Amino acid sequence: MHKISKQVMNKKRLFSLMVLTFAVFGATFYATAQEGGNNEKPKNEAAKPASAEEAKAGKEKLDVAKVIFGHIADAHEWHLFSIKHEGSEETPVAMPLPVIIYNPDNGLSVFSSSNIAEGKEYNAGNVTYVLDKSSSMKEKIVVKGNPDAKIYDVSITKNVLSMLISVVILLVVLLKAGKKYNAADGIKAPKGMQNFLEVVIIFLRDEVGKPCLGNKYQRYMPLLLTIFFFIWINNLLGLLPGGANFTGNIAVTSCLALLSFIVILANSKKHFWSHLFNPPGVPGWMKPMLVLIEIISLFIKPMALMIRLFANIMAGHIVILALICMVFIFAAINTYVGAGFVPVSIAFAIFMFLLELLVGAIQAFIFCNLTAVFIGQSIEDPHGHEVHEAHA
Amino acid sequence: MDLLTPEFGLFFWTLLAFLTVFFILRKFAWKPILKGLGDREKGIADSIATAERIKQEMAEFKSENEKLLAQAREERTLMLREAKDAKDKIIGDAKEQAKIEANKIIIDAQQQIQQQKMAALTEVKNEIGNLALEVAEKILRKQLNNSEGQEMYMKMLAEDIKLN
Repeated sequence: MHKISKQVMNKKRLFSLMVLTFAVFGATFYATAQEGGNNEKPKNEAAKPASAEEAKAGKEKLDVAKVIFGHIADAHEWHLFSIKHEGSEETPVAMPLPVIIYNPDNGLSVFSSSNIAEGKEYNAGNVTYVLDKSSSMKEKIVVKGNPDAKIYDVSITKNVLSMLISVVILLVVLLKAGKKYNAADGIKAPKGMQNFLEVVIIFLRDEVGKPCLGNKYQRYMPLLLTIFFFIWINNLLGLLPGGANFTGNIAVTSCLALLSFIVILANSKKHFWSHLFNPPGVPGWMKPMLVLIEIISLFIKPMALMIRLFANIMAGHIVILALICMVFIFAAINTYVGAGFVPVSIAFAIFMFLLELLVGAIQAFIFCNLTAVFIGQSIEDPHGHEVHEAHA
Repeated sequence: MDLLTPEFGLFFWTLLAFLTVFFILRKFAWKPILKGLGDREKGIADSIATAERIKQEMAEFKSENEKLLAQAREERTLMLREAKDAKDKIIGDAKEQAKIEANKIIIDAQQQIQQQKMAALTEVKNEIGNLALEVAEKILRKQLNNSEGQEMYMKMLAEDIKLN
């Protein structure tokens, strides 16, 4: 009983924390919109906010695209919220993250992102690094005075930190579950988290692994399961208020797609290549064209994996943010209209949020399933062909 | 287009983290979990198969037992009937025997009675004959004691001779 009430309490606490974070976010947005918060020209705004004309000008400057892409894009610090005191500039409250830069000319530099925040410059020996925010979609650390200099930025950004959190969660949960199978004989009934994991694992094994990979499924199950859980947990973490848009980043999806492409190629059999370069049952004159198409399709497969996940998750984030931003768009016209639109906007946002919960699981499943299908095609035996066709 | 150009840093960290997670989980989570699941499924299937087999065996045993029981019952009935038959036969035989014996004894007894009757009759006859002889002797002696009687006897004998 005690344990249950504690769990309930924890859940309540988590929920209230989420509500609080959400409210803080909303309030920040609202304040920003009201005051026409614009970091680039704070002096104009802060000097005479009471002036009706200036306020109107400020409202017009609400750049929804900038707000949305600011949340979608990766960042060198984890922005939580902004505080605006009466008569002062808006000060963002953000968690500074480590910046790691390798410059072939200057070597490795590691420093806190607070050193380059708010337009500051960081002097690392011979060069000075600044944060280039000229692009509305992506910020970038560049060498001052030489923006095209080649540097390798391997900073622990917001996305990387979010991913590291997901990795810790994955390892803690799954290693704990895995230990139970080592300790006891396998016949023992599952308990707690193990129950939930087993449902997912068995589903992936029986609905993805076995149909796509036949009797060799056991070799690929660890990869498929890791892909699924890795994407899923990151999709869910991305949905938390203040969370990073990790799986909606092309670098992440390209990395995952590249890995599955490597696995597909590394395990491919002779049969796969012979089909690719010498498609059977095709008139000779058509073969060159077909081979070309086959080769293109070979590379399109991982590209599709990459873009599908990236676009789905990013689109979800954009839609939720856009729905919330609508409050401020309407508030820019009239404060009362904006306030009146809050329930509508929140209702739509909640709907989208729930939909994104579903999409998060579905996209993880699709990535995993398509990887299995592509591996299945590449490891296909000449004998198993008919069987596979029948399955498909 | 900025959104579509992957950053090197994030790519690098994702690759590193994913591969680390993959290798750690493969060794310490997925393999034991998949093996455990497989073992459990196999164990459950085996248990069900064993239970099914035992159930079948039990059913077989039961039917066999019933058969044996029925057979035993039948045998018992048969034995009882046989015993009854034997008893009846023995009793019947004994009765028959007894009747025959009795008849024999009766016949023997009758024969003996007859014989003894005959013997007794013979004896009585003999006794009577002897008595008659003695009486006749005594009479004759008395009659022939005197001359008159002798004469008369002689005359009677003579008459007999004459008659012949």
